[in-house]
Amino acid sequence: MERIEEKLKILADAAKYDVSCSSSGSKRKNTGGIGDASSSGICHTYTEDGRCVSLLKILLTNHCIYDCAFCVSRKSNDVKRAAFTVDEVVELTMNFYRRNYIEGLFLSSGIFKNADFTMERLLRIIKKLRMEEKYNGYIHLKTIPGASEELIKEAGLYADRMSINLEMPTEAGLKMVAPDKDHESVKKPLAFVNEQMHSYKSDSKIIKHVPVFVPAGQSTQIVIGATPETDFEIMNVAKTFYKNYQLKRVYYSGYVPVNTNNNLLPQVGSAPPLIRENRLYQTDWLLRFYGFELDEILNKEYTSLDLDIDPKLSWALRNPHLFPVDINRADYKMIIRIPGIGRQSAMKIIQARKFGRLHEYQLQKMGIAYNRAKHFMVCADSPFVLGTLSVAAIRNNILQNGNSKYKSKTPEAQLSFF
Amino acid sequence: MYYLFDGSYAGFLCCVFESFERKEWNVIPLTPQQFAGDFFRDKREIYTDSAKARRVQDGLQEKAGMEKAKDFFRAFLSEDEKAWSVSFKIITAVFKTGVGVLENFGDTDVLYFAQTLKKVSRERHRMKAFIRFQKSNDGMYFALIEPDFNVLPLISDFFRKRYADQPWLIYDVKRKYGLLYNKVAVSEVALSPEQKQSLTAPAIAIALDEEDEKFQRLWQQYFKSTNIEARKNLKLHLQHVPKRYWKYLVEKQG
Repeated sequence: MERIEEKLKILADAAKYDVSCSSSGSKRKNTGGIGDASSSGICHTYTEDGRCVSLLKILLTNHCIYDCAFCVSRKSNDVKRAAFTVDEVVELTMNFYRRNYIEGLFLSSGIFKNADFTMERLLRIIKKLRMEEKYNGYIHLKTIPGASEELIKEAGLYADRMSINLEMPTEAGLKMVAPDKDHESVKKPLAFVNEQMHSYKSDSKIIKHVPVFVPAGQSTQIVIGATPETDFEIMNVAKTFYKNYQLKRVYYSGYVPVNTNNNLLPQVGSAPPLIRENRLYQTDWLLRFYGFELDEILNKEYTSLDLDIDPKLSWALRNPHLFPVDINRADYKMIIRIPGIGRQSAMKIIQARKFGRLHEYQLQKMGIAYNRAKHFMVCADSPFVLGTLSVAAIRNNILQNGNSKYKSKTPEAQLSFF
Repeated sequence: MYYLFDGSYAGFLCCVFESFERKEWNVIPLTPQQFAGDFFRDKREIYTDSAKARRVQDGLQEKAGMEKAKDFFRAFLSEDEKAWSVSFKIITAVFKTGVGVLENFGDTDVLYFAQTLKKVSRERHRMKAFIRFQKSNDGMYFALIEPDFNVLPLISDFFRKRYADQPWLIYDVKRKYGLLYNKVAVSEVALSPEQKQSLTAPAIAIALDEEDEKFQRLWQQYFKSTNIEARKNLKLHLQHVPKRYWKYLVEKQG
């Protein structure tokens, strides 16, 4: 194996636990060079774990001065170490990009020597891509906590997105596994970049040619299942970060055990909490796109998400008095709250009903999850139902008839009479 | 009534023109190759006249706006007979009653039209994602594709803007034509039989740039290394990258 191939193997392997793959949200144009950023993002392929591959996601190096228990690259781990040169990263990025393998580069790094030294090296790479290669494709750059504001500010002029990972959802959780780290050192640079984004934006209203600064915004990642936080705590943190730092995304990463000899963490070989991770993303979507408030889905009494059913269905079953919804009269806001109906279908329904009352056979074809939705809506020809919905019956019916990949492994408790 | 046209979009628009001219509303547009004969209905041959097609296109743009008018072209690229005849009905309705009919999703034709658009759009997006260029020794980046629908016209702008400083060729093996970009403009090319032969041969007779194999290997290495074994989910993998696309995906060859 050639050295470059071996480096790629080591440094892609070490970078892959950062789940952000997004290449969307930027609008960088090709100005006399190569590349642009597609505003909707493009996933160029998918790995066998089903995750999208959009960016060349690598570490500059996996040498690190820190010893975080959850991290594969921690100082005390006996793993092969490697470091790319600036030219190697540029060459890989350009050659992959020109062959349409990738949307761009996701560049992160272990901390070697100190934060500024690392940040300066990262900056040198993206500067070379932009200035010498005339590369206008997507760049996602990790902000190195503790790096000087001058370096971060300069990096923001060349990157499309910047991110810093919170890692553990709470300060207490983080301290358990990474005593040298704290949330404050994440918040400070997030806030700084956010301020800069705003000041560039307001400048651009007055001055004509203001350079773009982190046009695709910032994101962070929370590791799930390594430390004992509840879903309610996790989503509360996410909500606060969306609000305070106007993040574009919070990523939830089910912890994949990589290190032995830490009794606080799940052991190597235990399965990552994939269903829980999925439920958290669904909750995130409900909060950002479906008009839900967090306390409707999770609150002090109800602190963990139901793994068997999705959070919207779970909410609906706890609020039977709001259903069924009349599909021919309800407003958009209420229609998207019906389990099994998404935003696009809701728009279709609103538009279609101008032409006449909608019947069941029409809804069945519109691309909604009809078998779930039917319990919560009435169409023009739905039979009149007396009384309120029987929550338990609906839940059972959906669980038994659905073919969810997460279908409960427990045996069905009741015989069906039908 | 069957209208037999030459299979071009201009020809399709001429069918619309003729149907209004002759006040024939129950029309099924087909190519002569698709037409299997029918004792109970008449047929009419429609000649493609670019001036007539232009008039229909202008009228459609005026009635429906640029984007919605282009949707009929997109649906046409599905090469699906049913989508053609549904589009035909809807165009007629747009001219008669206005663009509002496109929102009548309770109607099976409108729904079929919308679903066709979605399918074509998905295939267009897939080609932006799945095209893999190989670099030849004279600096040309070339790729072979076999999309489900005729989406080359829909991705031309995207590749021209993105890969502005490199010459490239994207060739649709199924439909036997391609797009060639020479760093100035994109043009449509049909290859001679000999050239085609060299392109489709498995080993690819075009001489590759000496570094091309190295980057293909590196890409395969990256694809393996970035996978998380503990999260393995082949069902999801196949859903996103259906097998019919593997043939041209470098990372699925290793």
